[in-house]
Amino acid sequence: MHNRLRHRAALLPLALALSITPAFAGSSDDIAQIKQMLVHMKKEYAARIRQLEKRLAKAEQRAKQAETAAQEAADAANAPAPATPQSANAFNPGIGLVMNGRFQHFSRPASEQAIPGFSIGEEGGKGDEGLSLGESELGISANIDDKFYGQFTGSFVSDGGADGIEIEEAFIQTLDLPGGLGLRAGRFLSGIGYLNSFHTHADDFADRPLPYRAMLNNAYKDDGVEVRWLAPTDLFVELGGELLAGDHYPAGGRAHNGVGAWAAFAHVGGDWDESNSWKAGLSYLDTEARDRESGDGDLFTGHSHLWIADAVWKWAPGGNPYERNFKLQGELFMRSESGAFTPDGGTPAGYSTDQNGWYLQGVYQFMPRWRFGLRIAGLEADDPGPALAGSSLDTLGHDPRHYSAMLDWSNSEFSRLRLQYNRDESRPLADSQIILQYVVALGAHGAHQF
Amino acid sequence: MSTSRNTLVFIIILALLTPLSAQAALNVFACEPEWGALARTIGGDAATVFTATTAHQDPHHIQARPSLIARMRRADLLVCTGAELEIGWLPLLLRKAHNGRVQPGQLGYFLAANQVRLLERPTRLDRSEGDIHAQGNPHIQTDPRNIARVAKALAARMAELDPSQAEGYHRRLTDFDDRWQKAIARWEQRAAPLKGAAIVVHHRQWPYFEAWLGLHQVGELEPKPGIPPTPGHLAELKARLKANPAKAIIHAAYMDPSPARWLSQKTGIPEVTLPFTVGGTDAAKDLFGLFDDTIDRLLKVIQ
Repeated sequence: MHNRLRHRAALLPLALALSITPAFAGSSDDIAQIKQMLVHMKKEYAARIRQLEKRLAKAEQRAKQAETAAQEAADAANAPAPATPQSANAFNPGIGLVMNGRFQHFSRPASEQAIPGFSIGEEGGKGDEGLSLGESELGISANIDDKFYGQFTGSFVSDGGADGIEIEEAFIQTLDLPGGLGLRAGRFLSGIGYLNSFHTHADDFADRPLPYRAMLNNAYKDDGVEVRWLAPTDLFVELGGELLAGDHYPAGGRAHNGVGAWAAFAHVGGDWDESNSWKAGLSYLDTEARDRESGDGDLFTGHSHLWIADAVWKWAPGGNPYERNFKLQGELFMRSESGAFTPDGGTPAGYSTDQNGWYLQGVYQFMPRWRFGLRIAGLEADDPGPALAGSSLDTLGHDPRHYSAMLDWSNSEFSRLRLQYNRDESRPLADSQIILQYVVALGAHGAHQF
Repeated sequence: MSTSRNTLVFIIILALLTPLSAQAALNVFACEPEWGALARTIGGDAATVFTATTAHQDPHHIQARPSLIARMRRADLLVCTGAELEIGWLPLLLRKAHNGRVQPGQLGYFLAANQVRLLERPTRLDRSEGDIHAQGNPHIQTDPRNIARVAKALAARMAELDPSQAEGYHRRLTDFDDRWQKAIARWEQRAAPLKGAAIVVHHRQWPYFEAWLGLHQVGELEPKPGIPPTPGHLAELKARLKANPAKAIIHAAYMDPSPARWLSQKTGIPEVTLPFTVGGTDAAKDLFGLFDDTIDRLLKVIQ
C-alpha cells in the first residue's frame, strides 16, 4: 500500500510535466482547459489520498492489535515449559568417570617402595615408574527416593600390568532424619581427619601426604555404619561416629565378629570474615588387626589406634575463589600399635610402638586456572627393638621426610594437568621424583567440597 | 529443698532454650543476593533471610563451606536460581546439612528458574561447548519481568509454608508488584536509546537483559562459557570489533575487569561494570537500585 502511494506520488510530477510541455505551444483556451484539468486532478488526488490515509490508519490499528496479541502470547509462552521429555532414562543417576594417567621418574630404583619403620599397606608406596594409568573411578549417585541418597564408586586399577576392579565406595545415606542427624551405611571413606574422605583425584598433589601413605594405606575405608550430627548453630559443629567391619588397613581380619573397628570425630568450622574460612577437627580411629598383611609379607595381629588433628584455612579475596585463592592445610597423626608382628619370612615377635606423622601444605591459585603448591611431610617411629631389626619396622635410625612442589593447570573444572617434583627422604638415600599427571572428569559435575 | 531447686534450674534452662525453638519466623536460605532481597521484601518481619553469596562472588564457583552447611541445617526454605547454576555446591550442602525440609521435592525447596521460561537451551549437550547448562541459561534475574514472576511464586510458596502469615506475604507481594510494574515501565522508557545497541559481554550471562531491552550481543570475552578469556581469542575479537564496532563491553561486578579493559583500550569501545545482582555496585542497594544503576551505567556510554 505504501508502495502504491509512493508510485503515484512519483508519477504526479511526471504527468504534470508531460501535460504542461505541449501547453506552451497552445492557445489561452488551452491554458484555461489545462488549469481546469489541474484543479480537477488536484481534487481527485486529494480525495484519493484521504481514502488511502483512512485505509492506512485502519491497517495500523489492526497491526497494533496483532502486536498486543503477540505480546500476550509471548507472555503466556514465558510460563515455564516442561523441563525434559518423559522417558525412562530421565531418572538415570548422575554418572561421572574420573580418569588419570601419569608419568613418574625416580632417581632411585622403583623397587624401593617401603618406608623404613613402617609396615605399609599395598597402596602406600610411590607407584610404578614410567608411563602408567592410575585409578579410573566410575561414580554413580542419585537420590534413591525422598528418604535416601545412594552413591557408588568403582575403581579400576591397573597395577603392575594386571587390571582389577575394586569397590571404592557403595553407600546409602539418609536425607531427612530429624534433629540434624544423618545415617550412612555401606562401604565408605571414613570421616576421620581432613583428607581421608576425599577421593585421591581431588587432591592438590599427585600423591597422598606421607602419613596417609604410611598409616592409612592412602585412605581408610571400610564397610560399616556412620552417624553424624550437625549442631543447630551458626558455627559449624559436626560430631560423628562409625562402626566398621575392620577389614581394611590399618584394621584387618574382621575381628570381633566383623565389627573390628570404630571411629569418632568432631569438626568445627566457619567463616572468619568474607575472605577467610576455616575448619578444624579431632578424630580417633580404633582398629583391631587379625593377621593383617602389610609391608611385603608382614603379618600383624593386635591393636592399632590413631589420633588425627586436622586444620584447614582457605582464603579467597571477597570470598570469590575464581581468580585467586589460597589454601593451607595440615594434619597431625599419632598412632600406637601393640601385638604380635611376624616379619616377612621371620618369626612372631612382641611389638609395641608409637609412631607420629605430620604434613603441612599450601596451594596458591595465582591466576585463573593456574595453581602452585608446596608440601612438607614427616614421620617418626619408635625403634621396634632387636627382635625386629632388619624388618620393615626397622627405622634404620632415620626419620622419613618428604618435600613436594607442584604446578597445575586446569583448562576447565573438568580437566587438570599437573607437574610435581618430590624430594623423597623417606629412606636414608634421598630420591628425586618427577611426576606428570592428568586428571579429567567425564559426565556428572563434581562437587566443590571444602 | 534441693529437688525444688533442681526443678527451678530445669525450668530456667527450659526458659532459656525455648526462644530458640519457638522462633516463629520463616528461616530462608537464599543462594544469591537477588533472591535474598526478594525474600526479604516479601517475607518482611515474618522471615529471617540468610544470603549465601555476595555480588562479588561467582555463583558458579562457590565452595560448600562449613558456614553454609550450618546455615542450611536450620533453613525452612531455600531460594536458589536452579538450572544447574549451583550444581557444584548446592547438592553437597543439601547432603551435608541433614535437613529434610529443604530437600528437592519438599515445600522448602524453591528454584527461581523453574518459574520462568529459560533462554539459550542448548541444542547440543557437550562439554566441548564450555560450561553450559542443560536446562538453559540460568542468569534470569537480569530481566525484571522474571523477578516479578518469581516474586509471585515465592509469595505463594511462603504462604504455603507458613499459612498464619499468608495475608502478610500477599500484601507485601501486591505492594512490591505495584511498585515493580511502575518501575519496569519507567526503565523501559529510559532505556529506549539502548534498543538495538551492539554489546560485547565477558560471560554469556545477559540474554534475558538483552531480550528485554533489545540489546544485541555481538561477542563474548570468554572463548567458551566458563573458560577464561585467552589472548588469542581476545585478539580475534579485537579484529572483529574493528570491522564491526560495538557500543560497549560489559561485565559483572564479580569478574576480573582486566580482559574487558584491555579490549576497551585496543578498540576504543567503552567498558562498563554492571552490578549483575543486588550489592554489585554501591548504587545497587536493592532490586530497584539494581536496574536503576544498570541502565544508568549503560546510558552513560550508549546514546
